[in-house]
Amino acid sequence: MATETKAEFKPKILVFACNWCSYAGADNAGVNRMQYPPDIRVIRTMCSGRVSPGHVIDAFRMGADGVLWSGCHFGDCHYIFGNYEAEKNYKKLEQMLKLMGVDHRRFRLEWVSAAEGNKWAALIKEFVEDIKAAGPSPHKQNGTKPVELPVI
Amino acid sequence: MADAQLHKKLVLTNAFRCLECGKCTATCPISRYNGSYSPRRLIGRMISQDPANVALDPAVWTCLTCGLCNTRCPSDVKYSILTKELRAEAARLQNLPTITHGGALQATMRLHATSEQPQDRMGWVTDDLKVAEKGEWGYFVGCLPYYEAFFSDIDANPIKIAQSVVRVLNELGIEPVVMKDERCCGHDLLWGGDVKTFKMLAERNVKMIRETGVKKILTACPECYRTLEVDYREVVGKLGFEVIYITEFLADVSAQLAEKMGEIKQTVSYQDPCRLGRQMGIYDSPRKMLNIVPGLEFKEQAKHGVGAICCGTSSWQNCDATSKRIQTDRLLGAKAVGADTLVTSCPKCYIHFKCALQGESIPEDQKVEVKDLIVILAEALNGKK
Repeated sequence: MATETKAEFKPKILVFACNWCSYAGADNAGVNRMQYPPDIRVIRTMCSGRVSPGHVIDAFRMGADGVLWSGCHFGDCHYIFGNYEAEKNYKKLEQMLKLMGVDHRRFRLEWVSAAEGNKWAALIKEFVEDIKAAGPSPHKQNGTKPVELPVI
Repeated sequence: MADAQLHKKLVLTNAFRCLECGKCTATCPISRYNGSYSPRRLIGRMISQDPANVALDPAVWTCLTCGLCNTRCPSDVKYSILTKELRAEAARLQNLPTITHGGALQATMRLHATSEQPQDRMGWVTDDLKVAEKGEWGYFVGCLPYYEAFFSDIDANPIKIAQSVVRVLNELGIEPVVMKDERCCGHDLLWGGDVKTFKMLAERNVKMIRETGVKKILTACPECYRTLEVDYREVVGKLGFEVIYITEFLADVSAQLAEKMGEIKQTVSYQDPCRLGRQMGIYDSPRKMLNIVPGLEFKEQAKHGVGAICCGTSSWQNCDATSKRIQTDRLLGAKAVGADTLVTSCPKCYIHFKCALQGESIPEDQKVEVKDLIVILAEALNGKK
């Protein structure tokens, strides 16, 4: 970690993509041979409403440099209102992460439909650029030094 | 943890003295609504079988750890403490609790334990509130700024508690030291079996408090109070500062506050938080503080003090239909004695009751207001101006 310089920094980015739109959108980008950086790890969830702020906070603790939370456009949700729940939870997450001092460039909520492969590729490119500019996350668990406490 | 250690815990909490009389189950607020849960049966299994078997049972996480059974037990079995110890073993064996709110609050605490990034948590200190960087008195805010952010949808505004504490202290001429990068006290992780992360938080917080040089630290959260006063000592030994619950401090200077207070026309009842009452033995000072507010009428419920019923959930885990029924009962109980406001002195009781009021389990005309004690005091002080 200590020897890693900013030039060779390879971010670890976690993506929550919903089964019905965003994951299919990523597939669409793949079958159309669109190029985008390989720095993301995608977790498929059944709905963007399944993702909780806790998952994102845990991801930062476990070493993610950025987290993308993505689902269907409003009105397109397979479960009718799942993405409205996601937006509600994202607003809470935004406030919580602000209190924790997490850089806002590191997390995002985006709507990508199954037909928007080009949007997906462009989005990932842009997000990876943002994370590279933000640098390695200071929230990683393995970066923690033990606190030394004198006995009194 | 080896069986020998678990056996030692059973001895220390007097589990082997159990007479199987069943008073614990008879008094347990959970067993009242959930017949499948019985503290007596669990204790029986723990002493007749291998305790590690019980640690694998999901029932370990059902207990509210409110300690009502401890007070009723003729053999002085400390069931809630035993539950705490058993949970550490359960978590080690990967028997994990059902966490509420998608685990967001526990995730926050764990990030607090590991992140090196300074927080940005001082937004609640408005211009009219005076806080200091150095001084004799400190104020341990706890997770209130996070609750304010997370519970924005239930109309609770828990941050008012922190603002009211500073408001009341300013009135007494005290500018408390508020730490810019204070971490969660770790109470919920400790009672959720995550002892390792709890220790990290304890060491961080104690180091931070010592660095500010405060001699006395006030807290308005019974859980922070218990954790700092009892559980931190088990981790770090001597603390190097004194931990005081806010009403204990205010009760000593109540005459000074009383003359500055304006009238509040309300009938209130008081909910004893389990951490403050049964675990720390503070019953009188909150009532004394309510009684000095001019115009405030105080009505006691039948189940109060040592016999008070818990607010239905603890440590952000296992909130279910039973919790909602307990909360509904508490709120209807306050209405039944003629109170229009249920006062509590625990931010979590406050949030749980606020949440219960959102549902449809209580008819509109039976609803009472829920308020934190310190907020009432601050309102009375503002009323004079």
